[in-house]
Amino acid sequence: MQLGLSEEQEMIAATVRRFVEQEIYPHEAEVERTGEVPSELAEQIKKKTLDLGFYACNFPEDVGGAGLSHLEFALVERELGRGSMALTHFFGRPQNILMACEGEQKDRYLFPAVRGERMDALAMTEPGAGSDVRGMKCSARRDGGDWILNGTKHFISGADHADFVIVFVATGEDDTPKGPKKRITTFLVDRGTPGFTLREGYRSVSHRGYKNMVLEFDDCRLPDAQVLGEVDGGFAVMNEWLYATRITVATMCVGRARRAFDYALDYAAQREQFGQKIGKFQGVSFQLADMITEIDAADYLTLAAADRLDKGLPANREIASAKLYASEMLARVTDAAIQVHGGMGLMDDYPLERFWRDARVERIWDGTSEIQRHIISRELLRPLGA
Amino acid sequence: MKVLVPVKRVIDYNVKVRVKADGSGVDLANVKMSMNPFDEIAVEEAIRLKEAGKADEVVAVSIGVKQAQETLRTALAMGADRAILVVAADDVNTDIEPLAVAKILAKIVEEEQPGLVIAGKQAIDNDMNATGQMLSALLGWSQGTFASKLDIDGDHALITREVDGGLQTIKVTMPTIVTVDLRLNEPRYASLPNIMKAKKKPLDEKTAEDYGVDVTPRLEIVKTTEPETRKAGEIVGSVDELVAKLKEAGAV
Repeated sequence: MQLGLSEEQEMIAATVRRFVEQEIYPHEAEVERTGEVPSELAEQIKKKTLDLGFYACNFPEDVGGAGLSHLEFALVERELGRGSMALTHFFGRPQNILMACEGEQKDRYLFPAVRGERMDALAMTEPGAGSDVRGMKCSARRDGGDWILNGTKHFISGADHADFVIVFVATGEDDTPKGPKKRITTFLVDRGTPGFTLREGYRSVSHRGYKNMVLEFDDCRLPDAQVLGEVDGGFAVMNEWLYATRITVATMCVGRARRAFDYALDYAAQREQFGQKIGKFQGVSFQLADMITEIDAADYLTLAAADRLDKGLPANREIASAKLYASEMLARVTDAAIQVHGGMGLMDDYPLERFWRDARVERIWDGTSEIQRHIISRELLRPLGA
Repeated sequence: MKVLVPVKRVIDYNVKVRVKADGSGVDLANVKMSMNPFDEIAVEEAIRLKEAGKADEVVAVSIGVKQAQETLRTALAMGADRAILVVAADDVNTDIEPLAVAKILAKIVEEEQPGLVIAGKQAIDNDMNATGQMLSALLGWSQGTFASKLDIDGDHALITREVDGGLQTIKVTMPTIVTVDLRLNEPRYASLPNIMKAKKKPLDEKTAEDYGVDVTPRLEIVKTTEPETRKAGEIVGSVDELVAKLKEAGAV
């Protein structure tokens, strides 16, 4: 790995950061208070992102994206991580799983998503299937040439703004020595398809305004043309395209941690108690030292994992380490930032209590910390037969 | 028409400036540096002229340390066509004074033959507000300073200036030098395609000697101090108390 960023990469990060500071920060408090993103604001963010050529920058140039590398895209997401997810959602980054679209699916889903005309959401989690994807009950059965979908998905982020959802459902079961194993197929389901309804999910402590939705499928009929990838090929599609999404979580944690740190550093340099700046007390200054050390460590760990993907090297373990460490780092850093602020840190006059609440979900979604530790340890021990 | 835009690398406007302990200046070590915000407005205006078909090339120039290259890349990423870097100092603490900058710019104008120079009205680091005016004198060109509106029409330009107590519109003969004020426009973000293209755009590197200009400072900074800190306010319990306090302070 070559350490250090190129001039373009620095400029990409600086531009996104400035965009977030000027276009996202001023609206955060209101979104947090109401739990809603006004549609004019959403459209405004989306339009500016499109105008700047950043929309769908994670997609290759031949389908209309900007063709950023994994490392460059991680820098974009890192800076977006500073801002409210409810708002940065409209700095559109469609699911790269749409690259699995074939033939006319590209015209109906891939290209409109890249052009910002149609937004997507990814639906995997179910009430009974969280970390255990194979426990999913959502299923599709054949009926003539069509498929009939039934079941419920929950915790589906962004589905409220989605024109279509990418849904993973069971389409059969194989007997294996370890017991029955579900076969999974990926479907593209348009909003408004009969039998598909959407409702608001639970009110979460993290990322207010970035809603989690519940999807219900009740004899929802879909033709073969809605299958993304191969029938029963859901795991292959997942492994090929969802592999890297943990880098997004990791790098956004780094961005948010830096923002929280900036508040803490500033406060320590200004607030006076016992006749001096509190930053003069080692009890405070050493906390800052630990915070920045952990933030930098998470930053490099994450960028190094992204760099491995760019080089075509195996990165499963490294991505899991980055996601695990960065999300746990964010919990510690936001907690310490509040400690530096004392009581003021808990008041919603400062965004710190929000960062602290938002931090909590990062250790859960896109694979819990425990799942990441499982991945890391299995990668190490499996080759040794343990 | 070619437009020349001088840009300066200065301490970022978001950075809390710290005065060095010995009072010799402002601490620039490990501090974020950016393009002078007024110069950004100048770059934006030049690009808009090009987009409106009134200019065909935008050339950005920076005079200072080698690191000013980053500032020029920003101008290129915003949409400038090419850049000229004039290395005139090795030490980031060396500020090239307005007259030296204006002399170098005059030489570049001779070489490049632009029809218009757009500059920031001043740099936010030393607030000199002099380079544009000096350049105008050296070249014998017309000038319009503190511009909040610029209309170019053939061989003349209408420039609205922000002056004390209102706006003044002047008509100048081209070629001219315009220095821009805050309200002229809102500079754009660099677009992703332009960021990617910026590296491929030409950036010529020169030195002050190439232009035969002596950049030795003529000014001596005697002392730099922090502004006086604001005194804490006082919370009063009633209007009567407030009036009494104001009387006490001689304010009413």
